[in-house]
Amino acid sequence: MKAASHCRRHRHCATEEGESTCRPPSGDNRVTTPLLSISGLTKAYPGVVANDAVSFDIIEGEVHALLGENGAGKSTLVKMIYGLVKPDSGAMTLHGAPYTPPDPHAARKAGVAMVFQHFSLFEAMSVAENVALGMEEPPRLRDLATRIREVSETYGLPLDPGRIVGDLSAGERQRVEIIRCLLQEPRLLIMDEPTSVLTPQEVEILFQTLRKLSAEGVAILYISHKLEEIRSLCDQATILRQGRNVGTCLPRETSAREMAEMMVGSSFAAPERAPRAPGEVALEITGLSVASPSAFGTALKDIHLSVQAGEILGLGGVAGNGQDELLAALSGELPSDAEAIRLHGTAVGRFGPTARRGLGLLAAPEERLGHAAAPDMSLTENAFLTGAQRENLTARGFIRWGAARAFARAIIERFDVRTPGPDVAARALSGGNLQKFVIGREVLQRPRVLVVNQPTWGVDAAAAAAIRQALLDLAANGAAILCISQDLDELMEISDRFGALNEGRLSEIRPAQDLNVEEIGLMMGGAHGMEVAHV
Amino acid sequence: MLKLEKRPQPSRLWTWVTPLLAVVITMLAGGALFAALGKDPVEAIATIFWQPLFGEFAFYYRPQLLIKGAPLILIAIGLSLGFRAGIWNIGAEGQYIVGALTGAGVGLAFYPTESVLIFPLMVLAGALGGWGWAMIPAVLKLRFGTNEILVSLMLVYVAEQLLAAMALGPMKNPEGMGFPGSRNLRQYESAHNAELITGTGMHWGVVAAFIAVIFAYVLLTRHSLGYHIRLTGQAPRAARFAGVRPARLVLVCLGTAGALAGLAGMFEVSGPAGQVSIDFNVGYGFTAIIVAFLGRLHPLGILLAGLLMALTYIGGEIAQSNMGLPAAAIQLFQGMLLFFLLAVDVLTNYRIRLARREVA
Repeated sequence: MKAASHCRRHRHCATEEGESTCRPPSGDNRVTTPLLSISGLTKAYPGVVANDAVSFDIIEGEVHALLGENGAGKSTLVKMIYGLVKPDSGAMTLHGAPYTPPDPHAARKAGVAMVFQHFSLFEAMSVAENVALGMEEPPRLRDLATRIREVSETYGLPLDPGRIVGDLSAGERQRVEIIRCLLQEPRLLIMDEPTSVLTPQEVEILFQTLRKLSAEGVAILYISHKLEEIRSLCDQATILRQGRNVGTCLPRETSAREMAEMMVGSSFAAPERAPRAPGEVALEITGLSVASPSAFGTALKDIHLSVQAGEILGLGGVAGNGQDELLAALSGELPSDAEAIRLHGTAVGRFGPTARRGLGLLAAPEERLGHAAAPDMSLTENAFLTGAQRENLTARGFIRWGAARAFARAIIERFDVRTPGPDVAARALSGGNLQKFVIGREVLQRPRVLVVNQPTWGVDAAAAAAIRQALLDLAANGAAILCISQDLDELMEISDRFGALNEGRLSEIRPAQDLNVEEIGLMMGGAHGMEVAHV
Repeated sequence: MLKLEKRPQPSRLWTWVTPLLAVVITMLAGGALFAALGKDPVEAIATIFWQPLFGEFAFYYRPQLLIKGAPLILIAIGLSLGFRAGIWNIGAEGQYIVGALTGAGVGLAFYPTESVLIFPLMVLAGALGGWGWAMIPAVLKLRFGTNEILVSLMLVYVAEQLLAAMALGPMKNPEGMGFPGSRNLRQYESAHNAELITGTGMHWGVVAAFIAVIFAYVLLTRHSLGYHIRLTGQAPRAARFAGVRPARLVLVCLGTAGALAGLAGMFEVSGPAGQVSIDFNVGYGFTAIIVAFLGRLHPLGILLAGLLMALTYIGGEIAQSNMGLPAAAIQLFQGMLLFFLLAVDVLTNYRIRLARREVA
């Protein structure tokens, strides 16, 4: 099996200097008539131009990548194609005829289907029932089940129409969405970040399906920011930056580095790893089992791990396999057996967040708004949220607001948080800036052990590089870091050792250096019980 | 088409303008209501808002403003702490009654001994009574996960029965010729919450209300407990992450609200009301909920809202007796105030834009 290349290491890509084939947006002189032609699409929202005169063509049967950072305007563009948003100006033609879908229903009728990043499925219902719900005139369930089976066999997407969606893995749920689209026999299939919820094995199954669809003449608009993935799958790539089409290129002949620089608009420094010698064990987890506080959560089952001072342990895994629960168990929000968690030898399993912070165990949760930070509170108040104790921001219970503001200012300066000042509400910051603030807040408190979950989720490339660099520097200064992430590239870039969470269990932990993609995929749970389809 | 657009952060200006706007809209809608009842709307509104302050008998009504405003403010301050943290105590009326009973009970127990210690003891007993009554929903919530809204509300009716039983039984005035109701505490010097300056309406309850406003202001803006209260209300997950123990907050918030409501009851029974009677409670505990929200759960706002609400009470009574407006119309008028306040609240977080129709 060909290894899905989306988690090949960054520094490898950097050395693959291909001939540059990037050219300005409108240089294409193919004979083939375009399926969908977009010209001059513009959409402005108050204060921001989401799309500024974007033009490009999608040819029948091609896999066309739409590439860009968060906030580059990819979502707005596809929403316009799918009839969810109406453009301010510009035009689209489909099969040579003007195409102005007033709503998604019209788009589907015209042969445009879309698989969203977030699924809209009812967990308590079966696969067939869920598919029927999205149809205009659903056939009888038994006939529909037969159709689902046919389509799933034809395209190598193993799926049993009788199963309850609640029991399916994220990858299987995605197949339900894809099959729902395929039943409409679309001419253009839009896929929004489809691999973010998949293991490498599942990615490979998906890619085979997409290649087969493309061979049948279906055009695929593939939205992603994972460059290696695009290089292995896509025929064409259109790159958006700040709402503009900054270039079209042939991904197979362009290096990931070049595409990244077009995406960002400038070159940025890849994180540097200073050599470091791991010291004594800082965090030790033995037989940690806790039930999830939420009904749809995942219980942690018998977790064992240890992190040494000066070391970064990366924990991968598909979302919803116990990541949130592990962070909560370590931050102190979710109490466990006292002996299950030891911090420099002290049993802290029963301690609350404040006591753990006192001992130097700090955490940064995945959800920025509402968990790591209070959306309507100012940055000063949010700096106080976790910094109260270690930064000595109270005096006999009274808050030293001056000191809290100085701390907030220090975070803003040290971590280059773009904001008018510390009095701005957290929710007014962009995702990347708030993430820098949240990570910076913990890093500046000189943690002995830092636990982060999805440290660069939804963050632009430059900010992500800065955050990773901060984590590497922190480890170089002797802190132990446990980095939970769903971004395998990130984990391979910074971690010394790697493990994966799967259904609340932790895989064997192995040195990150000698792992290949297939091994990582198996550690993450393989294709979740499914045979790899043979197409 | 009008379109609502979320503001990047809540507008500070509109936070303070919306209550005034709500008052103006209430006047307009209330005027329409009074007109529909066949009364002159301008005269009715003027009677409610103008007469008590600047009318012919203002010398009598102005002290009433403090007497009626103080319990509202005292209770609303306590409630606002809980409301900020997402803890919904709807039963302040019950805590108010029980505080009055325990406070009056201590005073009556000492009758006819005269001592300067009796009144302070009554204050303590009143606060403890209200606190204890509020601890029932608090403990049930923490122990069994019951809903504090329902429990605290139902306990109001229990407290009313208790009040009736006391007025007719153990606390009945032995020299009252068989009439229900206790001895009049106004005629028992050691237990009387008298006016501190004659003719102003200023009694110890008013002083307590002002102290509560200052205390709450300092707590919410300067103290970490106040910060935790605000944080819990705005982002409960972030509060747990910060290390706030939700159980402790439930106890603190319900306890404080209960104690302040109990104090209000005690100051009322030993002063303006004078005795424990069957109809002692007049709904301060419920109106205080309106006051708390009208004041944006902010201590200074509550101070102003409490006075405004007292004004509508007094003005409403004048309108009832002078213009023959039904009591229900006045209650409706007060209810409208909260209704419109919640409605215009949207302007704090959203701005209105004229926009072309767009498929969302």
